[in-house]
Amino acid sequence: MAVVTPDILRQVASLARLRLEGPALAQFAAQLDEILQYVQQLQAVETSGVEPTSHVLPLSNVLRKDEPGACLSQEAVLGLAPAQQRPFVTVPKVLET
Amino acid sequence: MTYEPVIGLEVHLQLSTATKLFCGCPAKFGSPPNSQTCPVCLGLPGVLPVLNERVLEWGIRTALAFDCEIAQVMKFDRKQYFYPDLPKNYQISQYDQPLAQHGHLDLGLDGRTKRVRIRRIHLEEDAGKLLHEASQSQTCIDFNRTGVPLLEIVSEPDLGSSDEAYQYLVELKAVIEYLGVSTCNMEEGSLRCDTNISLRPAGDSALGSKVEIKNLNSFRAVKLALEYEAKRQAAALGRGERLPQETRLWDAKGLKTEPMRSKEEAADYRYFPEPDLVPFVIDRQLISRVGEALPELPAQRRRRYQEAHRLSAYDARVLSQHRAFGELFEGALRAGAAPKPVANWIMGELLAHLNAHGLEPEEVKLRPEWLAHLVQLVDEGTLSGKMAKDVFAQMLERGVDPLQLVEEGGLKQIVESGALERIAEAVLEANPKSVADYRKGKTNVLTYLMGQAMKRSQGKANPQQIAELLKHKLERVTP
Amino acid sequence: MASGALAGKTIHELRALIAQGAISPADLLDDLLARIERINPSVHAYLDIDPERLRQEAEAQLRAAPRGGRLYGIPVTIKDNICVRGEETSCASRILQGFRPPYDATVIERLRREGALILPRANMDEFAFGSSTENSAFGPTRNPRAKDLDRVPGGSSGGSAAAVAADLAIAALGSDTGGSIRQPASFCGIVGLKPTYGRVSRYGLVAFASSLDQIGPLTKDAEDAAILLSVIAGQDPRDSTSAPVEVPDYVAWLKASPKGLTIGIPALPGAEGLSQDVRAAVDQALEAFRSLGVKTVPVELSHIDKAIATYYIIATAEASSNLARYDGVQYGFRAADGAGRSLLDTYLDTRSQGFGAEAKRRILLGTYVLSQGYYDAYYLKGMRVRTLIKRDFDEAFTRCDAIVMPTAPTPAFRLGEKLSDPLEMYLSDIYTISANLAGVPALSVPCGASPDGLPIGMQLLAAPFREEVLFRMAHAYEQARRG
Repeated sequence: MAVVTPDILRQVASLARLRLEGPALAQFAAQLDEILQYVQQLQAVETSGVEPTSHVLPLSNVLRKDEPGACLSQEAVLGLAPAQQRPFVTVPKVLET
Repeated sequence: MTYEPVIGLEVHLQLSTATKLFCGCPAKFGSPPNSQTCPVCLGLPGVLPVLNERVLEWGIRTALAFDCEIAQVMKFDRKQYFYPDLPKNYQISQYDQPLAQHGHLDLGLDGRTKRVRIRRIHLEEDAGKLLHEASQSQTCIDFNRTGVPLLEIVSEPDLGSSDEAYQYLVELKAVIEYLGVSTCNMEEGSLRCDTNISLRPAGDSALGSKVEIKNLNSFRAVKLALEYEAKRQAAALGRGERLPQETRLWDAKGLKTEPMRSKEEAADYRYFPEPDLVPFVIDRQLISRVGEALPELPAQRRRRYQEAHRLSAYDARVLSQHRAFGELFEGALRAGAAPKPVANWIMGELLAHLNAHGLEPEEVKLRPEWLAHLVQLVDEGTLSGKMAKDVFAQMLERGVDPLQLVEEGGLKQIVESGALERIAEAVLEANPKSVADYRKGKTNVLTYLMGQAMKRSQGKANPQQIAELLKHKLERVTP
Repeated sequence: MASGALAGKTIHELRALIAQGAISPADLLDDLLARIERINPSVHAYLDIDPERLRQEAEAQLRAAPRGGRLYGIPVTIKDNICVRGEETSCASRILQGFRPPYDATVIERLRREGALILPRANMDEFAFGSSTENSAFGPTRNPRAKDLDRVPGGSSGGSAAAVAADLAIAALGSDTGGSIRQPASFCGIVGLKPTYGRVSRYGLVAFASSLDQIGPLTKDAEDAAILLSVIAGQDPRDSTSAPVEVPDYVAWLKASPKGLTIGIPALPGAEGLSQDVRAAVDQALEAFRSLGVKTVPVELSHIDKAIATYYIIATAEASSNLARYDGVQYGFRAADGAGRSLLDTYLDTRSQGFGAEAKRRILLGTYVLSQGYYDAYYLKGMRVRTLIKRDFDEAFTRCDAIVMPTAPTPAFRLGEKLSDPLEMYLSDIYTISANLAGVPALSVPCGASPDGLPIGMQLLAAPFREEVLFRMAHAYEQARRG
């Protein structure tokens, strides 16, 4: 049974803000399905009582002092942006509050 | 059927640290747009967050003040959604291992104590600010606020009325002010709050559909919105309607809530552990170090004022509402004044002044010893009650000690009998009709004559003495 | 001296020549730039080469370089995903086209401090997604060791590896998330090191998978790798995941004989895909080690056959999140947003036009495994299996000093050969991926060639922060091979 159908993938693409339509949608769905079917082999691994690892290093409590550092200039920030209206970066109107 | 509201509150506080949560940019309010950012808070490619140690300390401090269980190990997670004020399109927040859980805040409500449970307190980064007005077709973004540390305090739905919700916010704000971790300024956005409310048949224990209310710009708005929403929901339930679980926005002008336009998709934040940050182990030593530095909190202060200074519950509550009130009060006591008159000045004239001018207690130029001096001047009879109020106003306006005001302004009460004698004589001479009326038995004209005497003395006459003098002269048979 | 004669030398040789006054850094620069100008068009190891600008830039750097620095006057080539202040850093993606970071990565700062000259923009798979450098938005790099240039250099650090192999670079930095340094090093016949996770600061490395990424050197020999690592390693206050572990004198360790060390030999998964040439070359290398006085013992890595499945959950999940920021709002590419286009259109158009197919595939995979209802079955499960893989290595390193296995199951494959089958491409990372999941250091060193002359690499893995073991063994092996 397919784990990824075009319908499921359409929702995933919407979450990821990617446009996927027509043949591309079907092709990606088939590829992802194949990969995820392969990944299913993990279900057979016995992991009860095994803690998940999100960091391989046993590091903790890395902190910095509450001391100010350098900021970028407004010039530099606006200079990076594809669109700006001094002193702001702009995007097409956001309708939702 | 009668319904009872079930209310919970989520409060976001900006911590007033020097720098942001994960970078060295200043966290202050009001800088020119886009001048307070760096590659880290802008989420430029390749940058990494490093936690501000003061945020952790202040978070623990706050959690202790609400009697929370502090996590032994806390971690951060990414909360993912696309929005242009969120540079990385994820917010570094805390999901399943927050800083603290299971605390409470006690409210003193008309002589009874209500315990409101705190579900959790967690840390997260603030987003930038969107400005919609500047142009028709574009939204403007100011990233200065991006990455400012936020502390979110989530209550259980333990509040039973809009009044209780209001009291909860007042008390919470007082606690935070005492801790000194946030400016709690709703206008500047350093305190923000959302609320949720559902109704259930009185006495029932099941919960109804929860409605979240956003866009609340003041504590008053919270109260009004909850009142409105309780009525709206009761009416709908009364008509037999089923209420949807939804988010509504408070319309401060129309004084009503409106449903928020529903999003295209249900939110799926895809939380997962932030791989760029390591876990934080909060050991007992750290907790006790922070605990030792914990200041007295409003509830403790209230108790102390009632017990040690014999203040009423009401007085104690008002005085402990702001940390600054307590500092004034106790400072004046140390300078030798008695508790009650000092309390009266703070709760009367000072509070009225603050309300009239929309000021915070910290913004007023007032030293505790000046209050003590004022009380002393009244006690000695140097100032009448009315004069003292004038002096108080001038003291706030000019930021000057009342002793100095009295000296330089010739504001001393006239108590010298010769001078009072002359004033009384002059008043009687100028009002023969009143004198005659009095002698016919209309003794209430004395009040009028008193007023004339005070006017003539520019308010400096000692009222008791001048009243006696007038009375004495009126009752003396003319030769 | 013949053109390119300097470009073909190692850091340690050039350092000596410069110190003796036999050559100047300017001579070296001239020689290298001339060769790049001549050869790069066919190999395409560098993106966007403007020799004149490169020369001016390098000369300005040379003037600022501290003379006493350990890399004084040595050009170091930089993969296009490591931020260099003011230089375009695009990760070979259209979506970052034109992005010039206003900061240097920590490794760049450290190189500059030692007097190195930064030579940016080595080609790569877009956002380091790939094993062939064919996923570059700006065209593939070709393997300079393949006769007709018909083979891939490996990836994703294919530009860095090809540049070093073709003497278009003295040495290079790459990044390795699942083999992206080691596999191209193996395909191109050079040395490549993925350091221990936390050994080198990731600050300024454009993130692919934050819990797996490491920056490392690609060099002509083990000694150069040791020199570069000693410059770039060490804790960085800007990277919470960089380790407070002292950096040993790696170069001094090269002199230590590997005699008495123990190599662990694991049973290999995916034996059906392992080429006979690779197997034979690695077996021969093991013989060479034995004759150097190194013992060999079998070790068990019982979960490494699950490494690819685990990796493609964790790596894509993190990547989908790390790449969410590329939306056209603050920097880089934004799709046309004329009248009638909404913000959502801007997001969709920018990301759909800006990302290539492999990037989209990984973003979709990662989004899927983190989304509601799938998290526990995929991401959480993956993190648990990761624990088991790490335990296997911990256990193995109680019994040996290093583990040896092939770097890649085959020598370099042909361009286009695996492009249409993503899973097939992923499976070619079978031997490199577990080092990233376990966080251990791993070094690929050339150990032979196929009958048609394609290089073969062998991989040495050590316990966390034991890179000196790798250098020591690889150096001794190189010396022995040279005879």
